[in-house]
Amino acid sequence: MGVAVIGASMTKFGQRDAWLQELLSQAGEECLDDAGVAPKEVEHLYVSNMASGEFEGQTGVMNALAHDLGVLPAYSERVDQTSSSGGAGIYEAWQSVASGASDMTLLVGGEKMTHKTTGEATDIIASITHPAEYKHGVTLPSFAGMTARHYLERFDAPRESLARVAVKNHKNGVDNPNAQFQKEITIEKALESPIIADPLRLYDFCPITDGSAAMMFTTEERAKEITDEYAVVSGIGGATDTHVVHERDDPTVMGGVVESSTEAYEMAGLGPDDLDVAELHDMFTILEFLQLEGIGVADQGTAWELAMDGTTQKDGDLPINTSGGLKSKGHPLGASGVAQGVEIYEQLVGEAGPRQVEADTALACNVGGFGNCVITTIMEAAE
Amino acid sequence: MSLEAGICPNGHVSYPTHPRCPDCGEPQGETMDLSDERAEVVTWTTSTATPPGVREPNTMAIVEFDISHRDLEDTFVRALGQVTTDDVETGDVVEPVYVDELRDPDVGLKSANPESTEWGGYRWDPV
Repeated sequence: MGVAVIGASMTKFGQRDAWLQELLSQAGEECLDDAGVAPKEVEHLYVSNMASGEFEGQTGVMNALAHDLGVLPAYSERVDQTSSSGGAGIYEAWQSVASGASDMTLLVGGEKMTHKTTGEATDIIASITHPAEYKHGVTLPSFAGMTARHYLERFDAPRESLARVAVKNHKNGVDNPNAQFQKEITIEKALESPIIADPLRLYDFCPITDGSAAMMFTTEERAKEITDEYAVVSGIGGATDTHVVHERDDPTVMGGVVESSTEAYEMAGLGPDDLDVAELHDMFTILEFLQLEGIGVADQGTAWELAMDGTTQKDGDLPINTSGGLKSKGHPLGASGVAQGVEIYEQLVGEAGPRQVEADTALACNVGGFGNCVITTIMEAAE
Repeated sequence: MSLEAGICPNGHVSYPTHPRCPDCGEPQGETMDLSDERAEVVTWTTSTATPPGVREPNTMAIVEFDISHRDLEDTFVRALGQVTTDDVETGDVVEPVYVDELRDPDVGLKSANPESTEWGGYRWDPV
């Protein structure tokens, strides 16, 4: 059964006073309004969230949201796949409609993080690692530092290419009113910012963020009855790589990205050349290169050239992260994959405002951990 | 004290050990101790934003043990660990040295049940 997206919303990302339950409700309500769907029409509700228990001592968030939105007695479930919880939520929502189990599925992703110190938040995120890694004090940023060093040394890529990813995504974020940062930065500023995990600096990393995002899924048949403006989930794939990061055969290959995108392309009957725009999981600048290579847009060790020659800029051949990416939009863990979906939906239905590019086919790649779990989604504009 | 890697019947080797081989799914019936072996630095980082209970700065490296002389399917096995110094380069040869506590078990997310984790382990000491 064809699966359509008929509505999307996101809250302002950044440092928010609201706690998770309120953030989720806000995005959920706006999505119901955007889709023109009454709460009682919702049959399945998925809530993407990594760590509400660890961050604020609140569990059972799917139940809380179902009650607050008045979607009772809809089936509800919390989806945790660490940083790719949002993408996993898209997968669950797609599956619920494709299988015929639900005719109307609401997906809401969210996380509340900024009330913790940076160290505490880093520790919660680092707890996804294997105990043999965790005890050494490894953090996700330190994996990025080690991988970036290996990439730059092995492929002789200029350090500046990583800074260009940050500059581009900050520039795109200026046009996103919901982004945490709406501020351009310069290459010099990025290259002179404080070292966080050598050779990576502050501007190679996304911020810690509060926020929520939502999408409404239904059958293509029903979408046609409701609206002219919808997008179709034409391909989706999910894959898991090693828990222990150093056990991968090649430190620069994200196996989960390769496998999940291959699956998504096959389902859609498309390839990397067909993409008009993409949202990639730039939790760290180096990840934009590894994903461009993983989804087959660039050969191994060459994606840095696309940052240097402008291919991935908004006016380039393949705009990447028109939303500002995690880098400038922010990264509320469970919300991020959903927010990627929101951006490509808005691009496909022509609602991206000043960020609009010409797009009929779009891809979103949501990465959990350091490529440990990955979901790739391909959406197309309705014909 | 040992730095144990797991070996499956098909000669695949992993550190740390797993109940089943990540490559082929066979049970890892044997182990090898790497604590007396030397390794080479594949890549490293110095982290200056460390979580509670972790030394700052924290230099860590992924190192590669050459096990080609063991006549197994895998010819090397990698491991991640702290480095004894902040002065390290890719390609450096290191040897493992045991430390009782790599980070403070009484601080951070796991401090509520520190017994869940083995806090001792090996740092890499450039030779």
